[in-house]
Amino acid sequence: MYAQLVKSEGLKPREEMSPEERAFQDRVDNGEKIEPKDWMPEGYRKTLIRQIGQHAHSEIVGQLPEGNWITRAPTLERKAILLAKVQDEAGHGLYLYSAAETLGVSRDELLDKLHSGNMKYSSIFNYPTLNWADIGAVGWLVDGAAIMNQVPLQRTSFGPYSRAMIRICKEESFHQRQGYAIMMKMAFGTPEQKDMAQDALNRFWYPSLMMFGPSDKDSVHSAQSMAWKIKINTNDELRQKFVNETVPQAEYLGLSIPDDKLAWNEEKQGYDFSEPDWSEFFEVIKGNGPCNRERMEARVKAWEDGEWFRDGLNAYAEKAAVRRKAASVAAE
Amino acid sequence: MSKKEWPLWEVFIRGQHGLNHRHVGSLHAPDAEMAINHARDVYTRRREGVSIWVVQSKDITASSPSEKGPLFDPAESKTYRHPTFFDIPEEVGKM
Repeated sequence: MYAQLVKSEGLKPREEMSPEERAFQDRVDNGEKIEPKDWMPEGYRKTLIRQIGQHAHSEIVGQLPEGNWITRAPTLERKAILLAKVQDEAGHGLYLYSAAETLGVSRDELLDKLHSGNMKYSSIFNYPTLNWADIGAVGWLVDGAAIMNQVPLQRTSFGPYSRAMIRICKEESFHQRQGYAIMMKMAFGTPEQKDMAQDALNRFWYPSLMMFGPSDKDSVHSAQSMAWKIKINTNDELRQKFVNETVPQAEYLGLSIPDDKLAWNEEKQGYDFSEPDWSEFFEVIKGNGPCNRERMEARVKAWEDGEWFRDGLNAYAEKAAVRRKAASVAAE
Repeated sequence: MSKKEWPLWEVFIRGQHGLNHRHVGSLHAPDAEMAINHARDVYTRRREGVSIWVVQSKDITASSPSEKGPLFDPAESKTYRHPTFFDIPEEVGKM
């Protein structure tokens, strides 16, 4: 999931709700979309800003591990494809920032919070992309896990978020398929290439499972978010679904999932699998992952280096507006 | 550090098949020309459109949710505005 550990509110029982809150909950229960100008509980608004903001930051920071390989792609075609994918991620970030802005926060405020470390992005982007096979694994597993989370969110109760998700899902499937296509090329290539593909899967498997967040048993905030339909499935449900869909895809590639306990469970019609190392997850979230510092430095540098350009465009826009005004006065 | 944020624009795109311009989302840009450029990059990467409109969000006047009743309820009782309100005998044929 691109939004992990989003702080929500404690679940409010119906009898404690104000009449406004009750009417709001009824609308959500009826499947109505909540629009920016509608009345909404303060907690709903705040939780959504945190969740959508974190989701947007993940899209933007997610460009960095892949951007690393644009200049090193093995062919011109692969390079053009990767460039298009990374450009999509910028667009996805933008759709989501726009959705968050309808809740009364500005994009620059959200970026400030990201750059100062007051808002998080997905833990997955703090892992390095060491070689070309990693780009395949990222598309296949990371975008695959993201899709798993985003498809149900198309039905989320907040209109602008839902519309952003619909647009993103339309584009995201290309990302996963381009990743899998890279994996196929490598897994069916030379023995060395196959080893690289296996190594990439080994390193990205557990971090991908972490993307869905810790087990819901330990998640205190899920219940209210689910009642508000800003979270549709539990973390464990989505993780299980991801494993069920990914294992056969790995089998097709002739690669093995790095998990001795992985086994089909006839009874639950799903795979049993090992949990990732959650202490590692919490360390990465805290800022101690392999690439946290590098990612944040790259983000802040991009923002600061772009400042003269943003200011220049502002100055030009202001001058042009003055000129237009003078011209229209002269014409009168 | 200057704190002037680029204003917000709403983007409307007309697709290939002669339909109306349709609202697709919003973006930030310093002026109209840049808004069109950004809209092209953000909203037409997969041949979604052949024409773009942009308008500053602050120039849009929207109806308020509290007016929903007075504005839209009157249409509810006027089912005779739909062709299905009228029963035409089968022997008359397609109409």
